[in-house]
Amino acid sequence: MQTEIQPRPAAPREETIYEHLCARGVSRREFLSFCAWMGACIGLEQSGVAQMVQALETRRRIPVVWLHFQECTCCSESFLRSSHPIVADILLDKISLDYTETLLAASGHQAEQCLRDTITKYRGEYLLCIEGSVPLAEDGVYCCIGGRTAKQIVEEVAADAKAIIAWGNCACSGCVQAAKPNPTVATPIHRVLGGKPIVNVQGCPPIAEVMAGVLVHLLTFDRIPQLDAHGRPKAFYSRRVHDTCYRRPNYDAGLFVESFDDENARKGYCLYKVGCRGPSTYNSCGTIRWNGGVSFPIQSGHPCIGCSEANFWDNGPFYQRLPNFPGFGIESTADRLGVAAVGAAAAGAAAHAVLTNIRKRAEIGEQPGENAERAEAKAGQP
Amino acid sequence: MYASHDYQRVYVWQQPVRWFHWINALCITVLGVTGYLIAHPPALLSGAEASAGYWFGTVRFAHFLAGYVFVANFLFRIYWAFAGNKYANWRNFLPLTRAQFRQVWDVLRVDILQLSNQPVPALGHNAVAYFTYAGTGLLTLFQIGSGFALYAPMSEAWLPQLFVWVTPLFGSEQNLRLFHYAVMWAFAVFTVIHVYLVVYHDYVEGHGVLSSIIGGWKFMEKRHAQADPATGISGFRGRAAPAPAPGAKTPATPAR
Ligand code: SF4
Repeated sequence: MQTEIQPRPAAPREETIYEHLCARGVSRREFLSFCAWMGACIGLEQSGVAQMVQALETRRRIPVVWLHFQECTCCSESFLRSSHPIVADILLDKISLDYTETLLAASGHQAEQCLRDTITKYRGEYLLCIEGSVPLAEDGVYCCIGGRTAKQIVEEVAADAKAIIAWGNCACSGCVQAAKPNPTVATPIHRVLGGKPIVNVQGCPPIAEVMAGVLVHLLTFDRIPQLDAHGRPKAFYSRRVHDTCYRRPNYDAGLFVESFDDENARKGYCLYKVGCRGPSTYNSCGTIRWNGGVSFPIQSGHPCIGCSEANFWDNGPFYQRLPNFPGFGIESTADRLGVAAVGAAAAGAAAHAVLTNIRKRAEIGEQPGENAERAEAKAGQP
Repeated sequence: MYASHDYQRVYVWQQPVRWFHWINALCITVLGVTGYLIAHPPALLSGAEASAGYWFGTVRFAHFLAGYVFVANFLFRIYWAFAGNKYANWRNFLPLTRAQFRQVWDVLRVDILQLSNQPVPALGHNAVAYFTYAGTGLLTLFQIGSGFALYAPMSEAWLPQLFVWVTPLFGSEQNLRLFHYAVMWAFAVFTVIHVYLVVYHDYVEGHGVLSSIIGGWKFMEKRHAQADPATGISGFRGRAAPAPAPGAKTPATPAR
C-alpha cells in the first residue's frame, strides 16, 4: 500500500535537518555514513541513499505527536536506546516531539494545551505516533488522560494527522492486555481508526533501528513505506526470524536443544523444541539484532517468543513447540487429545469386533453361504 | 432352497479409483509420519557438525513433496467423480435423496447397533461410508489449504501463494499450525476406523470388500446386485429413483 501524502511546504527560518546536525557538530562524513547505514537497514538502493541525503539536507522538521495509552513505554525505551547517536538527534530533535507524555517537560493543563496547539497549528502536517492499545470496555474508562478517554483522544488527533504510526505490539495488536480474556477490551489502533492507513511497527518492543528506519523512510520519501498484509513495513517484516537465524543449519540438520542448559544448548543447537517461534515470526531480529547489533534473544540462548505477531501471548506456553489446544482446558495439547481419540477409536473397534462375533455368529462361518442362508431363513420368517 | 447366495461378480472400483486410493493412503502415511516428526523431532545424539547433516530438512522436504502429490491426487479424484463410473460418482457423496438417509439408518442399525443380521446390500460404499469420505474430503481440503498457507512464506511458487489468505482466518501462523497438526490426528482416527470396518465387512459379509480395492471386483448376491437398493444409491440411474419398496430393507422376497 503506497499512500501519497503531501510534502509539507518548508517553513521559513526553520533550519533543515542537515543544518541542525551540522550545528550539533556532526561531520559531513558522519552524516553520510548514517545515511548509508540507514539506507541499508531500510533496504534502499544506492540511488535511494542519495535521495535520503537530499531529503535530510532540504527537509524541515516534522511535528510529531506521540501518544501513550495502554502500554509499558518499552517502545520509547527501545527507541531512545538506538545505537546510532544521529538517530536520537534526528529523530528526537528534528522530527521534534511536540507532545509525548513520557518526555514532555510540561505536565497537566500545560501539556494538554501543548497537544491542542500542535494539532491546530500543524493541521494535516503532523505525524501521529501511537504507543499502546485503546480500551473500549465500559466506554473506555480504563485509560483516560486529562479527563478524556483514549478513544476520544486518538480519534481527535488522528483526524488531521499526516501519517499514523502504531508502535509496538500494543498499538498493532493489543499485546498482553488484549490476551484472553482481554478484560478491558484492549483494541489495536487499526481497529479503532478503521479505514486510515497505519504503519504497524510490530514487536515488543520494535527494534530501535526499525523504528528509526520507518521514520527516515517517511522523511525521505514523504509517503508511508510498503506494507504487508498486517500493515507492517515490508522492509523489516517480510522475512521470518527463522529465515535469518544463524542457528538455522542446526535446525535443518535436526540438532535441537532438548532442555535449557543441556549439552546441546551449550553447543548452540536450534531452539525449536524448547518453543522457538522463529518459524512463524516476521521480524528483523536475525539481521539487525538488538542493542546496536550486539545480540538477539536466540543468540542469547532463549527461544523467540514471537513478539511481533498478533496474539502471541495466547499462543503459549512459550517453552512448548505447539500451543495448547483451545477449549479443552489447561495442559490439553493436541497430542493428548489425539492419542486419546485414536485410543478410543481402537477400543471402540475392539469392542465392536467382540460384539460382532457374538451377535453375528450365524453369518460368520467356514461356509458363510450356508450359515447366512440359515440366518436369512430365520429372519425371513414372519 | 434359497438362491440368495448365488454370487455375481461386479466390477466396482475402476483402476483410477484404486490408484487414487493407494496413492492417497501412501500420501497420508508419509504426511502423517513426517508431520509428526516435524512437530516432535526425536532427540538424536550426534557429535557431527550441523553442516554434516540435513535429516530434518529432508523430512520437511518429504512432507512438502507428499503434500503436492496429495493435492494432485485429490484433484484427480474430483475429476473422476464426474468421469468415473456410477460408484465413483460425486452424487454419492452428497446427501441428495431420501434413500441415502434410509440407508444411513439401516447401516447404523445393522452394523453399529447390530440389531439385525441382514447386511445392508451396497455395491460401491454404503451411504454412511460415502458421507464419511465426503467428511475426509473436507479434512483433506483443510489440510491442503492450511498446509500450503503455512508453506507459502517459504516458497515463491504460485500454488502455495493461492492460500495465503487462510492464515489471517486463524489469527496467526502458530495457531494455524496447531489446527493443521490436530487434523493429522483426525486422519489417524479415521485410519483406525476405516481399516477396522473394511476388515469387519469382509469378515462378516463375504462380499470381498478387502480385495476389491486391489482388483476392483466385489461379489454380491445376484438378487441384490440387480436390485435398486444396492446400486440405485450408488448409481442414481434416474435422479428420482423410485423409492424401494418397504420390503427392500430386509429383502425377504424370493430371488428373481
Ligand atoms: S532457533 Fe528458532 S529461529 Fe533459529 S533455526 Fe531454530 S527454530 Fe529457527
